[in-house]
Amino acid sequence: MTAVQPQPQPVQDALEVGTTATTVVRGRSRIPWRFLAGRAAFYLFTLWAAITINFFLPRMMKGDAVDQYLSRNRNVSPEAADALRTLLGLDTDRSLLQQYLDYVGLLLRGDLGVSLLHGLRPVTEVIGQALPWTVGLVGFATVISFTIGTIGGAVVGWRRGSRLDGLIPVTTFLGTIPYFWLGLLAIAVFSVNLGWFPIGKAYGVGMRPEWSAEFVGQVVHHGTLPAATIVIASLGGWMLGMRNMMLTVLDEDYVMVAQAKGMPNRRVLWRYAARNAVLPQIQSFALSIGFIVGGTIVMEMVFSYPGVGKLLLDATNAKDYALMQGVFLVITLSVLVANVLADVAYAFLDPRTRQTEA
Amino acid sequence: MRDPLLTVRDFSVAYDVDPPVQAVKDVTLELRRGEILGLAGESGCGKTTLAYGLQRLLKAPAVITSGSVVFHDASGEDVDIDRLDAEQMRRFRWDKISMVFQGAMNALNPVATIGSQLEDVFEVHRPSMSRAQRREAVAELLEIVRVGAQRRRSFPHELSGGTRQRVMIAMALALRPQLMVMDEPTTALDVLVQREILRQISELRHEFGFTVLFITHDLPLLLEISDRIAIMRAGEVVELDTAERIWSSPRDEYTRTLLSSFPRLTGERGVVLR
Amino acid sequence: MTTDLRPAPAPELRTGRAPRARATTSRRLGSAFAMFRNRKSITGLAILGFFVLVAILADVLAPYPPTQVDNTARFQPPSAEHWLGTTHLGEDVLSQVIHGTRGVVVVGFLAAIMATAIAVVVGVVAGYLRGWRSESLSALTNVFLVIPGLPLIIIVASMFENPPLVVIAAVLGLTGWAWGARVLRAQTMSLRNRDFIQAARANGEPLRRIIGNEMLPNLMALIAASFVGTVTAAILGLTTLSYIGVIPVNTYNWGTILNWAGAQGAFRQNQWWWFLPPGLCIAAIGVALSLINFGIDEYVNPRLRSAGERARAMKRRGLDVNDPVTAVRPATQTQETA
Repeated sequence: MTAVQPQPQPVQDALEVGTTATTVVRGRSRIPWRFLAGRAAFYLFTLWAAITINFFLPRMMKGDAVDQYLSRNRNVSPEAADALRTLLGLDTDRSLLQQYLDYVGLLLRGDLGVSLLHGLRPVTEVIGQALPWTVGLVGFATVISFTIGTIGGAVVGWRRGSRLDGLIPVTTFLGTIPYFWLGLLAIAVFSVNLGWFPIGKAYGVGMRPEWSAEFVGQVVHHGTLPAATIVIASLGGWMLGMRNMMLTVLDEDYVMVAQAKGMPNRRVLWRYAARNAVLPQIQSFALSIGFIVGGTIVMEMVFSYPGVGKLLLDATNAKDYALMQGVFLVITLSVLVANVLADVAYAFLDPRTRQTEA
Repeated sequence: MRDPLLTVRDFSVAYDVDPPVQAVKDVTLELRRGEILGLAGESGCGKTTLAYGLQRLLKAPAVITSGSVVFHDASGEDVDIDRLDAEQMRRFRWDKISMVFQGAMNALNPVATIGSQLEDVFEVHRPSMSRAQRREAVAELLEIVRVGAQRRRSFPHELSGGTRQRVMIAMALALRPQLMVMDEPTTALDVLVQREILRQISELRHEFGFTVLFITHDLPLLLEISDRIAIMRAGEVVELDTAERIWSSPRDEYTRTLLSSFPRLTGERGVVLR
Repeated sequence: MTTDLRPAPAPELRTGRAPRARATTSRRLGSAFAMFRNRKSITGLAILGFFVLVAILADVLAPYPPTQVDNTARFQPPSAEHWLGTTHLGEDVLSQVIHGTRGVVVVGFLAAIMATAIAVVVGVVAGYLRGWRSESLSALTNVFLVIPGLPLIIIVASMFENPPLVVIAAVLGLTGWAWGARVLRAQTMSLRNRDFIQAARANGEPLRRIIGNEMLPNLMALIAASFVGTVTAAILGLTTLSYIGVIPVNTYNWGTILNWAGAQGAFRQNQWWWFLPPGLCIAAIGVALSLINFGIDEYVNPRLRSAGERARAMKRRGLDVNDPVTAVRPATQTQETA
């Protein structure tokens, strides 16, 4: 390396030369506060909207139905009766605003009334028992489905024109089949005919929930069919979305630059292409959580799985209004929490959300 | 007379579509070690296809239909680029010939820091380097191009156009290649930053001694900075000569047209003076 | 013009801009429906058309009235008289499936029309306006998107005693417009900054002309895709709700048939002729709608259309699209294949 005398240069501050912002930003936060704050505001607003919808729901129903409901059940304690009246809109002697405030007050105290279907136990307790089953099953199955679908979609998108392309229509077809029918078919084939799996429920009859190997084994055994159904039915959507994003990303300049740099194919595929294509996937994941929940409810009914979906349906059939309301609220809350988690994941994966320059 | 670095003979590239399109036709030229060769021509003349084709960077349906490209390595070895297989080509890339792309918005991976994008060149091509050594090499590169080592953890969207271009240059310089192909490196930048970048390239060339193949449509720019200039038109090299001779006595009709198409500040017709 | 680093081998396939005012109405319509002209869309439309025909001609096509009870022929497997066998009451399954088509098609389309109308209005307005109006419409959209639809529908549907099809369609439509609105808002926002819209505004064109004549043709494909998607969702929602039993079972649709089948233990007793056909019909109409959407997708994003086909065409010529290294092939071969 021979160094020939370069022309004299004025010393330039690298930082100043580097930015076109009118004010140089000296510090940069790693945590995208602004982005997260915006999302938090939105979620609080949605929560308020859900609570308000929940407030109006029973008030839109025919009044006498609800009245009869309460009068049928005389064993309710006075406090519980009061709570129920507030929840179900029977306290018409108060102004609407007052009713609303009472209602919100109840919620903040964590009182969702009592469930008449379940022996007057508090609604929160009933839901609390069912929620872990739903979260466990759906969470587990969805994560698996998302992972397999995204990885598969990345590979199919990378190898365009290969025989792998045929996977897309197959998985998409499986996705157009209604969840419940797929579940019923699975029962018909695997439980009734082949006897490999039990027909329903989360664990065997007569067993009590406990932390033993046998119980866990039963849970896994009973949960395989429902989980597999969810995975098969939802795989297609993730795969298609990821593959389409890959096709778009593979045409981007930075992919070609990576190949020009002599990066091996595997690195280009995962660290350059897939890493970028997965971002919209996460966004669409966040948005589809609501739909996933819908599918879960049906699936729980098909498999008699003791989750919140089945709870909701039983409550609907028995006209247990307090339980219905409570379940709706809890489901909405869970969807919001899942959305928040997805948003946080997105914020950390996409550095462009950390823009702090003016 | 300098010794040759890259010998290109009867090189042709076609796009295998219906009907086939001949993008580069029988180009013969010789790149000499240490020089700056400018490649000029209007849009669509094939200069970019030629430059990419020499490194076999074109994707299907482009095919190299004839000719040979021989790289005369500083170690004395002659490498026939068209005969390399995929793995050899991968190792050859960036190590012997690197490229400076237009630092457009998208040339850098938006989700990776520029430090990691510089480091992965070392990870892949110099596996014997330790992590600390890589970090040091990256810091050195960033200092050489005057971006500053502390920008190692910045993301591409946080940098201005000029800085991104410097990062591209640093990236191309990483393995100390013998040839740098520069594809319109300053076209997307404003004039002041252009000056900076060009000055920087000139300094680096003096310091590290690599050869430059400079592609641009800006002929007056080439007249200033290059040793020799090749004029391309419709896939063929119509004239290849030193910069002085191209300016003072262009032989080809097309070259003359090209020269006179740049407007003069004083309003007279004829060759522009910058 | 392109800032793409690569040399472009072929001229741009589409400019993405609808023809200007000089085009006749018929040509406008023709270009608007260009999205349906590929093989996938046509196949999908054909299957969908088949189902629509069945729905319209249900009374003519069905061999028996769907509720005709025949106590002598209960739980019968398929036979010459009952092509798809009978139910627990001796009703003809085929006739039930045929009549069920009507409910599905009507509710599906009705719900989709309502949802798409709302989505277009909210989405385009939210995308075109700026500031707090746009943000608040966007917040409204997102709220409807996040709040889980099915539980809400279950609760609302349970409040009605015997809802007519229109009401069911309305409920499905009112909970399903958010996705389309979001997509349309994003696209409208990006269109708003395009040159031809700026030019129209500079020309002083009134707002409704800008939205109606300039933007809507460009949004056509997205609106169509959103409509098709909503039909799918509505049909799935309807059949699911019917199966659950939330929607009363006196209107026949494929979901209610499955409801009865399930209640009578058809799944446990392997009475496949009862529960397979309705499910397959739902899947078939779902596939048809997906095909249409694929076709629209490929029209909107030419990369998708050509990616697979181009890659296969290249393969036939011995080239690999994914190869990062240019292939070297002497001229004689190219000329032969030309």
